[in-house]
Amino acid sequence: METKTILLVGVGGQGTILAGHLLADVAARAGLDVKVSEIHGMSQRGGSVSTVVRVGDHVSSMICDPGCADVIVAFEAVEALRAQQFLKAGGAMFVNRETITPVSVNIGNFTMPQNVRARLTGMGAKLIPAGRIARDLGSPKSTNVVLVGALSTALDFDADLWRTTVREGVPKKTIDANLAAFEAGRAAALEA
Amino acid sequence: MTRRLLSGNEAIAEGAWEAGVRVGVGYPGTPSTETLESLVRHEDVHCEWSPNEKVALEVGLGAAMGGVRSLVTMKHVGVNVAADPLMSACNTGVNAGLVILAADDPSCYSSQNEQDSRFYAAFARIPCLDPADSAEALDFSRRAFEISERFDTPVMLHETMRIAHTRTMVEVDGTRADDAPRDYADNIGKFVMMPANAVRRRAVVDERTAELEAWAEDCGLNQVEMRDKGVGVICAGAVYQHVREALPEASTFKLGLTWPLPAQALAAFATSVDKCYVVEEASDYLSLRVRAMGIQLATPPAAPIPVAGELNPALVRASFGVEEPAHQPAAKDLPPRPPAFCPGCPHRLVYVELRRLKAVVTGDIGCYTLGAVAPYRAVHSVIDMGASLSMAHGMELAGVTERTGRPVVGVIGDSTFAHSGITSLLGTVYNGGVGTLCILDNRTTAMTGTQGNPVNGVTLTDSSHKIGPLDNPTGKALDLPVLLRALGVEDVAEVDAQDQKAIRAALKAAVANADQLSVIIFKSPCRLVDRRTKPAPQIKDCRKCGTCIQIGCPALGRAADGSAVIDPTLCVGCTQCQQACPFGCISPVAPKEA
Repeated sequence: METKTILLVGVGGQGTILAGHLLADVAARAGLDVKVSEIHGMSQRGGSVSTVVRVGDHVSSMICDPGCADVIVAFEAVEALRAQQFLKAGGAMFVNRETITPVSVNIGNFTMPQNVRARLTGMGAKLIPAGRIARDLGSPKSTNVVLVGALSTALDFDADLWRTTVREGVPKKTIDANLAAFEAGRAAALEA
Repeated sequence: MTRRLLSGNEAIAEGAWEAGVRVGVGYPGTPSTETLESLVRHEDVHCEWSPNEKVALEVGLGAAMGGVRSLVTMKHVGVNVAADPLMSACNTGVNAGLVILAADDPSCYSSQNEQDSRFYAAFARIPCLDPADSAEALDFSRRAFEISERFDTPVMLHETMRIAHTRTMVEVDGTRADDAPRDYADNIGKFVMMPANAVRRRAVVDERTAELEAWAEDCGLNQVEMRDKGVGVICAGAVYQHVREALPEASTFKLGLTWPLPAQALAAFATSVDKCYVVEEASDYLSLRVRAMGIQLATPPAAPIPVAGELNPALVRASFGVEEPAHQPAAKDLPPRPPAFCPGCPHRLVYVELRRLKAVVTGDIGCYTLGAVAPYRAVHSVIDMGASLSMAHGMELAGVTERTGRPVVGVIGDSTFAHSGITSLLGTVYNGGVGTLCILDNRTTAMTGTQGNPVNGVTLTDSSHKIGPLDNPTGKALDLPVLLRALGVEDVAEVDAQDQKAIRAALKAAVANADQLSVIIFKSPCRLVDRRTKPAPQIKDCRKCGTCIQIGCPALGRAADGSAVIDPTLCVGCTQCQQACPFGCISPVAPKEA
């Protein structure tokens, strides 16, 4: 398989790292080469975060360059715009409908961008109400797995392989909630 | 053999364990931290955090001299701290293997500079191994111990953030080499670096260097891959992966050993290609040395390789004139989202009050460095661990307060104080310095992921077993007030870092007391350690003055009408905003009746 690049972006604490691990495990179980690059430390404290997952027969660089992401999964809508230059022409983009206002805006030094959703749909992004779906399912923390469900529709891995990976990759007590989140995310992406 | 996805750091720990390492020691520092956190989960190896990297290297050298294989881990700036023992350990050599992990951070993702640690390997004339993925990290880590013993020298294992924090596929063998300690025998001529011995050891190192240079030619750590003979690229580590991505047809000389360089093999490679390039990031370490060998290096056709910052395939393509894929331009109207103090962070109110005081603040290394950004903008220098206290003394000698009317305040964290602040403070006390110093004791080493330290007494073994973080530490916790008084500080105050009025009063009193040295310990646990929360307070009849919002809590925002709102999913119920509100509009939610 030719190398595919998946870029996961969000705000520190949203669970992008776990989502990246689930995707990487699916690819590894499918027998592919995998590289997962994360940023730790200073960048975590509520700041912009990104994880790059590259999968294929042989993966060289662990970095996603502009115009090279086959799929972008954004856990927050402003962060989706911040990553827009990385999307490959014809690539897929799944965006959690929600925005988180940064401290820089709250304290009055900057303003939020205009027409966020229209700009995203204009570039072909699918807006997924992932936060709302997770809350409706009674497990707000599984927003990341809702988005993993959406992501699963854009890659050629068997849905059951995803389900097995989610089951074995999340804390035991949360398996049912996360499997439900995964299915709901998949359905939402197929409808969007 | 099992196939696993491991980060470079996990792979290095695995390789060291397979090599029979018995002691792992270091100081936390991004991107090196997870190495010891991973190693401590293995059997038959003692792992501990040191107060700083100098101590760590000395512990590691002692263990190696005593006959057991030792791994010492640190980030690149930690090598500066450890440089003193390093520059003599290179002369004494070892007994059992001694490997020093130096983790560099090109582009400064979580660092104060982007120095290239390999210059230290060349300076100390110790072998330097540079893995390009986790599989090599495991392999090189294991082999580093053999090399250390074979040539009787410490070995540097060098990685960058993209190797340390990238998970790649690794075949794990899981068998451990014989870890029986080597005999210890006195050897004064080898280990006592008094002048006569040091002169003789210098000659030994000269001989060893010649042996290493000969060995480098055929050591099996470097790889020549001939493809298109028009372009040949010499590279190492993560950069090799970027070159393969950007220039798949180019021939490559992948250096796994970056000191000493294999001069003959590199010369042969250079003559076998039409044009030979060195591609490296944030440094001229390789190109300086390759040029010094008399090898003619070409400049990439479109633009030189950037001298600063991390490389990526796009930058390599741009230098070699390869077109980049079509893409949208970056959005230019986005608000920045830098890291921020967490909701409930015990550093926040201290900076709110330092801002109010208009203090000149000499800062230090840790989460509290974020006091330099809006809305606080209340940190005015950050250099290295411990500098906050010694630089405050220097500012005092410069008469800054007399000339500006602003108090000078040094601010340091608990782990950083133990790392290098104690000697800084000792210098101030000894010389009769005065002024105000603050120790922000949040009971943990927060920035690198809440590691234990000498102030909280939590050991590396405790934290790896998820023992209730501060409840039952097995290490000895430092009694800060007792230490401060023993150093000779007469005015020591302990203040709750969650009590704004108390913070204000303590700072005011210390600053007013200009003829004395005052140290205030602001104490309250990091919210990543103490995760207990209370319900979000309620806001009633908000006057829209924005005072609460200016404390910079991520949980506080404004509604469309300008009044303050609290995001209950982020709020931890710390009461900081409640204390900040000048009109008493924010109050706790009454507990529900049973």
